[in-house]
Amino acid sequence: MSISKKDVEHVALLARLALTEEEKVLYTEELNAVLGFMDTLNQLDTSEIEPTTHVLDIKNVFRDDEVAPSMDPSQVVINAPAKKGNQFRVPKIM
Amino acid sequence: MTQYEAVIGLEVHVELKTKTKIFCSCSTEFGKAPNSHVCPVCLGLPGVLPVLNKKVVEFGIRTGLALHADINRRNKFDRKNYYYPDLSKNFQTSQFDQPICEHGALTIDLENGEKKVIGITRAHMEEDAGKLVHNGNTISVSSGSLVDYNRVGVPLLEIVSEPDMRSAEEAKAYVDELKKIIQYIDVSDCKMEEGSLRVDANVSVRPIGQIDFGTRTETKNMNSFKALQRAIDYEIARQIETIESGGTIVQETRTWDDERGMTLSMRSKEEAHDYRYFPEPDLAPIVISEEWIEEVRRQLPELPQSRRSRLVLEDGLSLYDATVITDTLAMADFYDRVRMGIDDAKSIANLLMGDLSKSLNELGSSVDESNIDPAHVIELIRLMYDGTISGKIAKQVIPEMLKTGDMPKKIVEEKGLVQMSDEGALEAIVLSVLQENPQSVEDYKNGKDKAVGFLVGQVMKATKGKANPGLVNKLLKEKLSLN
Repeated sequence: MSISKKDVEHVALLARLALTEEEKVLYTEELNAVLGFMDTLNQLDTSEIEPTTHVLDIKNVFRDDEVAPSMDPSQVVINAPAKKGNQFRVPKIM
Repeated sequence: MTQYEAVIGLEVHVELKTKTKIFCSCSTEFGKAPNSHVCPVCLGLPGVLPVLNKKVVEFGIRTGLALHADINRRNKFDRKNYYYPDLSKNFQTSQFDQPICEHGALTIDLENGEKKVIGITRAHMEEDAGKLVHNGNTISVSSGSLVDYNRVGVPLLEIVSEPDMRSAEEAKAYVDELKKIIQYIDVSDCKMEEGSLRVDANVSVRPIGQIDFGTRTETKNMNSFKALQRAIDYEIARQIETIESGGTIVQETRTWDDERGMTLSMRSKEEAHDYRYFPEPDLAPIVISEEWIEEVRRQLPELPQSRRSRLVLEDGLSLYDATVITDTLAMADFYDRVRMGIDDAKSIANLLMGDLSKSLNELGSSVDESNIDPAHVIELIRLMYDGTISGKIAKQVIPEMLKTGDMPKKIVEEKGLVQMSDEGALEAIVLSVLQENPQSVEDYKNGKDKAVGFLVGQVMKATKGKANPGLVNKLLKEKLSLN
C-alpha cells in the first residue's frame, strides 16, 4: 500500500492543514516510509492473536451515576478567543 | 408506467435518562444556563480522562434485550473524527465496529391487522454534541454562532434499523413501537419535540421487482411523528419524480423544512463523511458477563407487543382497545391490577379509556401520578354492578376521586349520590312527572316513542340524576300503557 500526493491533500483538508507544494511532496515520502514500516510489521502472523484495543490489560472502568459539581461557566470560556456572555463564539461553519 | 416501492431504514437516537453524563459527573439536566453543566472532560481539554458511567452500559444491555438483540460480550468505544464546533475535541466518542448490541428485531402491527418484523442492525452508545445558536439577525454577528456545551456528553443510544420499511406508515409504526418499548424499559423519556428522541430517515425508491436498492438520501430534522411521515412521503415522491423525469438521485443529507413542507439538500462535502474511526485509547474495553445480562433481564417488564396480544387473546379486548390500554406502562399495569379484582375486561377498558382518561387529561395528569389506586376503580365498578350507582353517577364520582383521593363509596355516601332504586319512591315521582307533562303523554299515545326519552329526562332531573335509569324506564312504560 502506498500513499499518493492526492491522499496527502485529502488528509490535510480533513485536518484543516494548509500545506505548501514542497510539504505535500515531503509528507508523501514520509508517510510512505511510515506505511513501509507497517508492512514490515504485517509480515508477522497475528491470526491467532486478539486485536489490541487498549495498551493496558484493563476492562470495565466505570463510575457510578452520581452528580458532581461542574465548572463555573465564566471559567469555561476563560480561554476562548471570542465569546458572548458565557458562550463561545465561533466563525460561520457552513 | 413503472410502479415504484420505497425502501426505508431509520436511525433513532434516544437520550438516556441518567443523572450524569456518559464520561463525567456533570448533570444532564435540561434547560440550564449556557455552559453551566460543563467540565474539562466535556471540553476535551488536554490531559483529561473520561470514565464511563456504568448506568449507560446497563441501559444499553436493557435496550438490547428488549429488542431481542445480541449483547456483545466485548465492546469498546471509538473516536469518530469530524470538524464542527458542536464538539470542541473534533471527535465524537462513539462505538464503531464493536457496538454493544447487534441483530435485534421489533414487530409492528400494520393497519390491515398483519404483523411485520423490522430488523435492527445495531445499537451503540455515544455522547451527544453541544448546541449551536446561529445568529443571523445583524451583519456584524451573522458570521458566527454561539456555542453551549451543556448537552455535550449526554448519553445517547443510536438504534439503527435494517432497510425493512416500505412506507411512511410503516416507519411511523416502527418509531411508535420503539418509543413505547424504550419508555416501558425506562431508559429514556423519548420526547420527540424536546429532542430526546431524534429520527434520521434513509429513503430510496426502486421499481417494484428490482432487487438492488436505489440511491438513498438521509433526511434529518423531523421533530414530530407528523413531520416524520410528511418528510418520508415527500422524499419518496421527489425521488420518483426525479427518476421519471430522467434525473438521477444524489446520495446526500437533506433537511426537513416543516413550514415549507419539503426536504432540502444540505450540500455537505463528500469528504465530510470520512470519519477516520479509531479505538478510543482513554477508555477501557467493556466486558459484559452472563450474570450481568441475566440480572438486567430479570428486571425487564412485560413488553408492549406481548401485553397487547395477551389483552386480545386472553381478555377478549379488541386490538384497538388493547393498544390504547398498553400505550403507557403505567396504564397497562393499572389495568392488570384492576383486572385482578374485576372479571370483566371490557368494562374495565371502557372505564379506563373513557371517563378516567378524560378526567386525567383534564387534570394534565397520568394514572401513576394521580391520587388513585386500582382499588378505587375496583370499588367504583362494583358499586355500578350492585346498582348502588349508575354509569352516569360514576362520571361524577371519578373527578371527585381524582381530586381528593377518597374511595368511591365514601364519595357516593357523602355527596348523597346513591342511586334511587326504591320502587315506591320512584313511582311517586314518575306519576307527578306524568301529571305535569300531559302533552308528552298525549304524544306517546299518538305513537311518538321519543316522548318517553323526554319523560325519563324529567324524572332524572327531579332526582338530580340519581334515579336508577332501568327502573325509571320500566315504571314509565307501565304507567303510560295503563293510561
